[in-house]
Amino acid sequence: MDPSSSLYLLDKVWLFPAIMAGSFLIILLVGKRFSERVTSGIGIVAVSLCFLMSLLVGAQWINRVNHPPTGAEMAAAQVACGVAPTESTAGGGAEGEHASTEAPAAESGSEHGAPVAGAVEGESAAGVVTQEGEGHSTESEAPADGGSHSEGGTEGQAEEAHHESVVPVCKSVEWFHWGGVQFDAGTLLDGLAAMMLFTVTLISLLVHIYSKAYLHEDRRFTHYYAFLSLFTASMLFYVLSNNTLQMLMGWELVGLCSFALIGHWWEEKANTNAALKAFLTNRVGDVGLLVGIIVTFFAAGGKTFNVFHINEYALGAGLGTTLLVVGALCLFGGVTSKSGQFPLHTWLPDAMAGPTPVSALIHAATMVVAGVYLIARMYGVFFGALHIGSGELLGVNYLNWVAIAGGLTTLVGGTLAFVQHDIKKVLAYSTISQLGYMVMGLGVGAWTGAIFHLFTHAMFKACLFLGAGSVSHACHHTFDMREMGGLKKYMPTTYKTFLWASMALAGIPIMSGFWSKDEIMSGAVNNKYYVIFAMGAITAAMTAAYTTRMVHLTFHGEYRGHAHPHESPKVITVPLVILAVLAFVATFLNLPNFTHAETLPWWSLRFEHFVQPTFAFPPIGPPPSLPEVPFTLWLAIGSFAVAVLSGYLMWVYQTGNALRGLTERVTPARAGYTLLVNKYYLDALYTDVIVGGIKGPVANAAYWTNMKIIDPVVVGTGVATKAVGRFVYRFIDQGVVDRIVNTSGLASSETGQFLRRGQTGKVQQYASLLFGSAVVFVICLILAVR
Amino acid sequence: MFSSETFGVDVAFSVIAVVMVVSAVRVVTTRNVVHAALYLVMVLAGVAAQYILLASEFVAITQVLVYIGAIVVLFLFGIMLTKAELGISNDLDNNAPQKVVGLVVAVMLAGVMGYALWDKWDTTKIDAMNHTVAELGQTTPQISDSIFSTYLVPFEVASVMLLAALIGAIVLARRD
Amino acid sequence: MYLNQFLFLAAILFAIGVYGVLARKNGVMVLMSIELILNAVNLNLVAFGTFGRNPVGAVFALFVIAVAAAEVGVGLALVIMLFRNRRSIDIDEIDLMKG
Repeated sequence: MDPSSSLYLLDKVWLFPAIMAGSFLIILLVGKRFSERVTSGIGIVAVSLCFLMSLLVGAQWINRVNHPPTGAEMAAAQVACGVAPTESTAGGGAEGEHASTEAPAAESGSEHGAPVAGAVEGESAAGVVTQEGEGHSTESEAPADGGSHSEGGTEGQAEEAHHESVVPVCKSVEWFHWGGVQFDAGTLLDGLAAMMLFTVTLISLLVHIYSKAYLHEDRRFTHYYAFLSLFTASMLFYVLSNNTLQMLMGWELVGLCSFALIGHWWEEKANTNAALKAFLTNRVGDVGLLVGIIVTFFAAGGKTFNVFHINEYALGAGLGTTLLVVGALCLFGGVTSKSGQFPLHTWLPDAMAGPTPVSALIHAATMVVAGVYLIARMYGVFFGALHIGSGELLGVNYLNWVAIAGGLTTLVGGTLAFVQHDIKKVLAYSTISQLGYMVMGLGVGAWTGAIFHLFTHAMFKACLFLGAGSVSHACHHTFDMREMGGLKKYMPTTYKTFLWASMALAGIPIMSGFWSKDEIMSGAVNNKYYVIFAMGAITAAMTAAYTTRMVHLTFHGEYRGHAHPHESPKVITVPLVILAVLAFVATFLNLPNFTHAETLPWWSLRFEHFVQPTFAFPPIGPPPSLPEVPFTLWLAIGSFAVAVLSGYLMWVYQTGNALRGLTERVTPARAGYTLLVNKYYLDALYTDVIVGGIKGPVANAAYWTNMKIIDPVVVGTGVATKAVGRFVYRFIDQGVVDRIVNTSGLASSETGQFLRRGQTGKVQQYASLLFGSAVVFVICLILAVR
Repeated sequence: MFSSETFGVDVAFSVIAVVMVVSAVRVVTTRNVVHAALYLVMVLAGVAAQYILLASEFVAITQVLVYIGAIVVLFLFGIMLTKAELGISNDLDNNAPQKVVGLVVAVMLAGVMGYALWDKWDTTKIDAMNHTVAELGQTTPQISDSIFSTYLVPFEVASVMLLAALIGAIVLARRD
Repeated sequence: MYLNQFLFLAAILFAIGVYGVLARKNGVMVLMSIELILNAVNLNLVAFGTFGRNPVGAVFALFVIAVAAAEVGVGLALVIMLFRNRRSIDIDEIDLMKG
């Protein structure tokens, strides 16, 4: 596709959040006046437009990967993304030691990559990269500090094994300028972003359609759709950001929408509590995110927040420095809360209080993966800090907490899913567990595996959640599995889709979930993270088990509830079908290189090929680039076997009597059960111990300070002021000022009184004065003339 | 003064002058209102005589007619209508301080005027002896010529003023 | 016949008249004193007229006499009104402009 064509969307991706934001505003402002049909229609139209655009974007990106820009075009694109062009002469890189506050005239771009960039301005700037003059050159100046290391880059094009360097499409404008730092606002489109666009818009579209029936005649229908649009806009904005500051903005916005949507039925206190818990727990993690952004900003030179610049620094000058480790771990703090990692995962199950489509969109497919996306985007930082790929979890100045947390999270999520009665809670813990997989994958170096798992998980988890919604819709809005059962004969479509999605979750090779999970495990083993691998393997078994339990309790056996279940309307079941089909189709997107061939067969590893960021790691210096994860056959067969085995065991447990009542009879089992039911007492820890412990003494201390210190000061000030006032009044005002004023008045009046005596009213006195003065005048006249 | 040419005039003048001055003084010092009016008559008559000495007979006659004949009568009417105390009355003068002030002012005035007159016209003579009355210019025909030609407008204005004063006096003094 | 003799006489009359204006309490007496003043002035005028052999002096004196007559008429009307309102023609009592 010709870059200058008007349909070339790669540099117009800002339209995605813009359209959704527009939809949000329209629904918010005028939605109430129209029927539900129109309101949902606006949202659905906007999202479908974005979805179609995302398909176009995907196609154009694939085209770009197949025909990557070279030469001047590539240099221009690199400059636009904030990295020194790899074709520049060595001198050009060195020259870039200038501060970013240099004269930002457009010509200065030519100082940089001498003849190359100069030629760029003229011809292809229009098409591929359109910049405003300032943003262009100052951005190009800024990373020159890191770019001076890119002299090694003159080695040129061929970096990683069989992937070519494909420059993403960036576009940015100067937002504002302060203290020598330029803050830009911009978009970034590479494979990862394109994939996220597709995922987010697809799931959002299906949820929009699904919600039409699910929230029919809801008390705040308009609100809901408005927030759905806002959420989609925020998520798209987040995904398309090219600098960490913008990512922070999007991050916070999605957190806000999550809060609003969880608490959609805020009339019930439980929902409000859940929404607050979600928001506040996220806030705790956001502290880490903020600190992390700041640390990485300053570590990378304190000039720009640009993602590529920071990654470049992390893999170059900052490799292995303690500062970078601090930055990475702080960033991971944000991920911990947003993506439900081990200590801060407690909000996710409670967030199930929101409507089910919301859970599907936000807490399964999209928002919770924002943390995973963050790690993926800033992978240079994590890679450089935590020695990912080396097999060591603990080093001199680092701890690969990313992998450890991921592992722990999978275990925690998996174990807790067993003891839930609420189907949505099972799915919530399952989500936590799968998120743990993704984070774990990123922590051990299986970047593509984790991202592919993100992709497939979005499909099948959304399908599961929407299926749960369909089930509850039929069972009179109960989510308790104890009141379900035997629904497979009443709701065949729902059952089938649910089953397929569960197979994906459990890791049956037919469905895509198996392949993505397998890639992660493979990465763990190949990079020698055996402990992490063990955690993942145990969890895989647990996943299969609790999934079987869930499906069995819901759909098999006899119906235990009181409602009259029936199949849900088409508007609900069609998205389920679509998602289940996609979960199946996704399998073929990333089929591994079974035969370990030297050059990839055309059908293999397509996802990786298009999505893997070959550009986030500019070819610089010593550190290894992203490790290749080969397909390990024994691992694949092994995990499949484990899944089947544990599923069968659970089946036996559910249908038979052999292991029934174990937890009642055996005390350690009972203790374990209690521990699980109380969610590892984490909630109690957070709410009662930490918060309560702070709340009480802090409140008391504050009260004491107020009473004993602040109040006396205030009162004292008041009393003192009063005394001063009184003094001033008596002595100064009355004594001095009044005296002056009165004296002057008195003087006037006395003078007047004195002069008054001349006005006797007697004519003869006036006459005497008259004559007398005439005489005097004449005398004077005579004397003068004399 | 008292030269042979003008001996008679000078004697006449002196006598009349003394009478006038004494009468004037009595006008302002007497405690009898009616006496004051009569002394005033003396003064006015003396003035008329001086006019004759100055060869202005018309003015002298007019003086007698108007002043003594009308104005003094008016004064007497005024005295009557205001029920002034006839005979000696102590109520005619101001208190002493005021009188002193008046005296001082009058004396000073006299002194100044006298000095000025002495300074300027010490030896000037009215050369009346060597001229005819007509040449002295104050005869009746000459006066009337002057009034009705050169000073016609003031004459008319004076008439109107008299009319106004007449009406004014009536309006002011009527009983209602 | 010196000019001065008439002028001195007029000056003395004038001074006496001024004294009378200032020293007399009775309204009518004040008016009389004013007449003295006016006559002094007339004498002055006529003396100068004769000295200058010009009828102007006499003419002016005639006008003064006319005005004096009018003035006395009005003045006495005022005095009578004053008497009617206050039963006394003490000038010192007319001090409404006092203060």
